[in-house]
Amino acid sequence: MIEIKDLHKSYKMGSNVLHVLKGINFKVEEGELVAIMGSSGSGKSTLLNILGMLDGADSGEYTLDGVPIKNLSETKAAQYRNKFLGFIFQSFNLINYKSALENVALPLYYQKVPRKERQEKALKYLERVGLKPWADHLPSELSGGQKQRVAIARAMAAEPKVLLADEPTGALDSTTSYEVMDLIQKINDDGNTILVVTHEEDIAHMCKRIVHLKDGVIVEDKKIEQVRAEQYV
Amino acid sequence: MWLFDKDLWIEIFHTLGKNMLRTFLTMLGVIFAMIILVLLLGSANGMSNGFNKLFAGTASNSLFVWGQSTSEPYKGFERGRRIRYKLEDADILKTQIPEIEVLAPRIELGNHRGIVTVYRNGQTSGSAVYGDFPEIDNITKKKLVEGRFLNQTDIESSKKVCVIGEETYKLLFDKGEKAIGEDIRINGIYFSVVGIYKPNNNINIDGENAVFIPFTTFQKAFNSGDRMGWMAIAVEESTPVPVVEKQIKDILKVKYDIHPDDERAIGSFDLSEIFNNITAFTTVLKGFSFFVGIFTLLAGVIAISNILLITVKERTQEIGVRRALGATPKIVKRQIVVEAIVLTAFAGLVGFAIAVGILSILNAMWGSGDDFPFVKPMISVPQFVISFVLMVGLSVLIGLLPANRAVRIKPIDALREE
Repeated sequence: MIEIKDLHKSYKMGSNVLHVLKGINFKVEEGELVAIMGSSGSGKSTLLNILGMLDGADSGEYTLDGVPIKNLSETKAAQYRNKFLGFIFQSFNLINYKSALENVALPLYYQKVPRKERQEKALKYLERVGLKPWADHLPSELSGGQKQRVAIARAMAAEPKVLLADEPTGALDSTTSYEVMDLIQKINDDGNTILVVTHEEDIAHMCKRIVHLKDGVIVEDKKIEQVRAEQYV
Repeated sequence: MWLFDKDLWIEIFHTLGKNMLRTFLTMLGVIFAMIILVLLLGSANGMSNGFNKLFAGTASNSLFVWGQSTSEPYKGFERGRRIRYKLEDADILKTQIPEIEVLAPRIELGNHRGIVTVYRNGQTSGSAVYGDFPEIDNITKKKLVEGRFLNQTDIESSKKVCVIGEETYKLLFDKGEKAIGEDIRINGIYFSVVGIYKPNNNINIDGENAVFIPFTTFQKAFNSGDRMGWMAIAVEESTPVPVVEKQIKDILKVKYDIHPDDERAIGSFDLSEIFNNITAFTTVLKGFSFFVGIFTLLAGVIAISNILLITVKERTQEIGVRRALGATPKIVKRQIVVEAIVLTAFAGLVGFAIAVGILSILNAMWGSGDDFPFVKPMISVPQFVISFVLMVGLSVLIGLLPANRAVRIKPIDALREE
């Protein structure tokens, strides 16, 4: 599903050049649930941004579902993001003046799905994350966990190839975190490919594979026994 | 065609609607600008209409010609000779100058602007007394309060009738007294009153205290023979008055042996000049109003752009999310530009409605134009269309500014933790 070869990325910070990613190689198969771990500054967020086409790599190859991702124009990148990727952010990033349903329907709007179909689909995904009764609520009327579930529904609404979650539990307490992870696991059980960036051990162990980043290189990449979040909920 | 994309409009109205206060504040500038523009233009129009009403009934393309005294000796005549026209001059001028539409000869009792004592039942009035043809009414229309003006029958049978001014009436009659049919006495001759006129804020040539009697009656009663005091002449609309004025003077100069360079011998007054000045004044006023209004509007639209720029900054995160979710730069840009257009257009319409309301109130209060040249203050459809199109055009240009700013926001920056 995802294939990365010798990925490099550096940032200019004034006169200094910060080499963040120093040759990353990895592959993600369909249906995997991968945790990308590392302390802050390890390059994990940069990697996710590149995977999410929010940022470009300096060198290296990136193939997503057989499509080479290289030198994308802003327009093309937006279209690919819409088609291939679903984003889940630490701070949820819901649009605060839109209801839960409208937030979920937004990626479908950019796919030019007709309004009615959009609403139906969005409602379906809201139901899937257990928030159908909250469809008309504004984000400000939802709890943190509920917001993240709306965000997950939104990420899934466009039926992307890969879900990218950047610290999805970073802003949540542990009980809520497990609820969210439980949801992510269940989505993964349905065959969706999910990448989770986290620095929390327990969250990482709820995935099926942990990729450990340190100073811009992968220091460890192992398959693990998945801890089900269900038992903590 | 995106213009008919229902989803875009829903999205835009949604965004604007959910941010009512911001939307309203953004619109204020344009609302006020539109109010100012429409009020200025409407008032200028009202003034123009007011002047038109003021001069309604006065043939604007007209002039008056009278005799003065010569300033140059010529053909054995000394200077200082008084020029007195004859009634036949009217026909001569009319036949020789086809551009003359109406020529009304007039004679007055006494000297120029002479005052004659008019008697009635022991009451007296010092009035101007004119011998006139009914045609004069086509040049300076009399507003009759009662009765009628002189007519052709009066001329043909030299009737001893008169039309008097309201001021004359007040001096000769008691308040509320019936005047029509009553006799007044001028130089020992009785005239029956057939009409009373009121000054109509017109260019006042005759004064308010005047008595008009038929020209032919005047000739017989006061033994004026074929003399003629002056002429009121209406010129065909397409011909400039000075052209005809010169022709008239040339003819009269030859006829009365006046030196060709004598500027004083023939007195004349070109009424069209006043009208042209007033028309120029109101045109300049309208142009100025439009100028001021359009720049106010520009300021209003810039205010919208300014606030959109701020909101774009405020909405960085939202725009970032939208782009992460697949909004292309074009879509983001279009949304902001269309927001600018919708805001401007809507604000413009609101301002327009308010201004039209204010103008209607002004019209109801002062629009009659009786005291003040201010009639039907309203902006015309082309004026509205031009300002509206200009406004929307500006909003597109100016909406591009925040739109480009929005596109320059990288989703990655927008989504980065604060």
